[in-house]
Amino acid sequence: MHGIKKWFGTFQAVDDVTLEIRSNEFFTLLGPSGCGKTTLLRMIAGFELPTEGQVLLDGTDISRLLPNQRPVNTVFQNYALFPHLTVAENIGFGLKMLGKPKSEIDSVVKDMLKLVHLEGRGNNPVTQLSGGQQQRVALARALAPRPKVLLLDEPLSALDLKLRKSMQMELKRLQLETGITFVFVTHDQEEALTMSDRIAVMSTGTVRQVGSPWDIYDRPAERFVADFIGETNFLEADVVSVSGDRARVRLSSGAEISATYPDGVTPKGKVTIVVRPEHARLGPPGSGVLEGVLDDIVYLGTDNHFHVKVDGGGTFIVRQQNAKSGPCGFSEQERVSIAINDDVAQILRD
Amino acid sequence: MTLSAQDATEQRQKKHVRDRWLLSAPALILIIAASVGPLLIVVLYSFLAPGSYGDVKWEFSTEGWFNVLFTRDIFDDTVSLADAHFSIFWRSIKLAFATTVFCLIFGFPTAYFIATRAPHNRSLWLFLITIPFWTNMLIRTFAIQEVIRSEGIINTLLMKIGIISAPIQMMFTDFAIMLGMTYVFLPLMVLPLYASLEKLDFRLIEAGYDLYASRFGVLWRIIIPLVKPGIIAGSILVFVPALSSYVVPRVLGGGKNLMVGNLIELQFGQGRNWPLGAALSVTLVIIVLFAMLYYVRNASKSGGSAHG
Ligand SMILES: Nc1ncnc2c1ncn2[C@@H]1O[C@H](COP(=O)(O)OP(=O)(O)O)[C@@H](O)[C@H]1O
Ligand SMILES: [Mg+2]
Repeated sequence: MHGIKKWFGTFQAVDDVTLEIRSNEFFTLLGPSGCGKTTLLRMIAGFELPTEGQVLLDGTDISRLLPNQRPVNTVFQNYALFPHLTVAENIGFGLKMLGKPKSEIDSVVKDMLKLVHLEGRGNNPVTQLSGGQQQRVALARALAPRPKVLLLDEPLSALDLKLRKSMQMELKRLQLETGITFVFVTHDQEEALTMSDRIAVMSTGTVRQVGSPWDIYDRPAERFVADFIGETNFLEADVVSVSGDRARVRLSSGAEISATYPDGVTPKGKVTIVVRPEHARLGPPGSGVLEGVLDDIVYLGTDNHFHVKVDGGGTFIVRQQNAKSGPCGFSEQERVSIAINDDVAQILRD
Repeated sequence: MTLSAQDATEQRQKKHVRDRWLLSAPALILIIAASVGPLLIVVLYSFLAPGSYGDVKWEFSTEGWFNVLFTRDIFDDTVSLADAHFSIFWRSIKLAFATTVFCLIFGFPTAYFIATRAPHNRSLWLFLITIPFWTNMLIRTFAIQEVIRSEGIINTLLMKIGIISAPIQMMFTDFAIMLGMTYVFLPLMVLPLYASLEKLDFRLIEAGYDLYASRFGVLWRIIIPLVKPGIIAGSILVFVPALSSYVVPRVLGGGKNLMVGNLIELQFGQGRNWPLGAALSVTLVIIVLFAMLYYVRNASKSGGSAHG
């Protein structure tokens, strides 16, 4: 996609988005609700025309083609199954409209039913299926014509947690088995991290960062991305020196650590760095790079969250796994020191 | 369960049934008084003998029914089939059917148009659709006459422009009757169609396009099957009154192009043959009933197999 802009009247829903989605990948558009994910997806499908910019598929511009002229299928958020048709008729609809012979439709439908574990349900009316089953019919229906790209708009949001987890695995499996490019929309960061090959994080109509789940989580380029995904500590720091892809930064305590920085940024002067809570350790005073008072201990079963009031202002959260059973060895209001693992701090673009 | 408990349950059920009857009594009384009762009177009249100045003589006779199907020659009493009745019934059915089809053709796009407007605009459009209902049907029919008669708007206009040199005869034709009935009954088609279309989930239409359906494919395989209840309701609402139409064929068809309604009226008026009129009415009711049964049965059947 190239320089996509979309206005609804005077409201700009998508602002200059350029994205390259590779074939056969599981690509996720992640962002808070209202940031323009659906609008972007609808422009790929052809339900909306971009006000400016192009949608390219294998190098050809498809942005002005009608939805029924694009080799792209959608799994709708509410499934949008045809209530007057059976499961098999729903799945075969696309192929039928493409004018495929009945024998071919029948065999594809059979394969699809197997693929989504709905064997023997072909003649059921879709209205009699459970939510999870309807979801799988919607998937099968969109996959049956073997589109080049499958678009999924928050397809799991209507399912309960357990079903959602299993459908996540299911989707990933389907993507691998079919080799079709999936473009998946969600506002759930965990879902995005689990399933995606690459993620585009969006906010108010723009793409803030594109990268692998690891990139997005461990190397967030800006505050919005770091904040939206997972829990994060933000620290003010001064850049001391830069060498290669690392920079030395001085924290408020005077201690120096090394930090990575995003592409296209030359770190200098005052910067904000992020450190994930699980990338820091708690120790006796003087053992780490930040000193403070342990304000609060939150026990979460698998791990503890330590809220530390850092000397000189701010709270830093440290997350430590409960590898052994028994007390964690720290008590509230105790003076502690925070050590930060090597190569975990990331400088943000301002 | 003990015997007394069983009794108690039975009693409760009985009371329940009684309550239900009581609650539906007003509706039942209304239906009987307004619909079943009059119909029974008509059936009764059809088995009586005609009085000399209209009315009926209170003696059993099948003459009325006999006259529906046969005519007796005035001079030699030979019996022959009542061709006139057959052809009038047949014409009425054809005209009512054609009217239904035209109402569907014009009503569907209208209803679709309204259903796709922004919600706060829809009531305005619906309001506009119902405006003709505010005027008496007779007056509306005369308005149509003003449009299509030989010195009417259409002919005057066409002659002014020079497309035709002599007025086209539209009045007193089947075309005129059909036009009039389509105009008069169109809202009866639009309203139920709109009610169905308004409930239609337009995301299903997007899903159709997404799955490579053409415009026609979406219309035929998605929209029409889903609004079928509205199509059935609208068709019945148009067909039934069109079949028994009286005012429109009287005004626009002149005296020659009769429909069943006029034929029946004739028996109660000039004809002074109430039993025959009653028998014709009952025949009409029976035809409508069978037509509806056939139509509804067929429509719901094709609902299950049209997209195999
Ligand atoms: N058809 C439309 N007309 C006007 N505004 C719209 C339309 N569709 C979406 N928007 C607006 O565009 C913004 C982005 O919407 P959307 O793409 O649905 O967000 P998301 O899917 O990320 O929640 C929202 O503020 C929404 O109100
Ligand atoms: Mg959305």
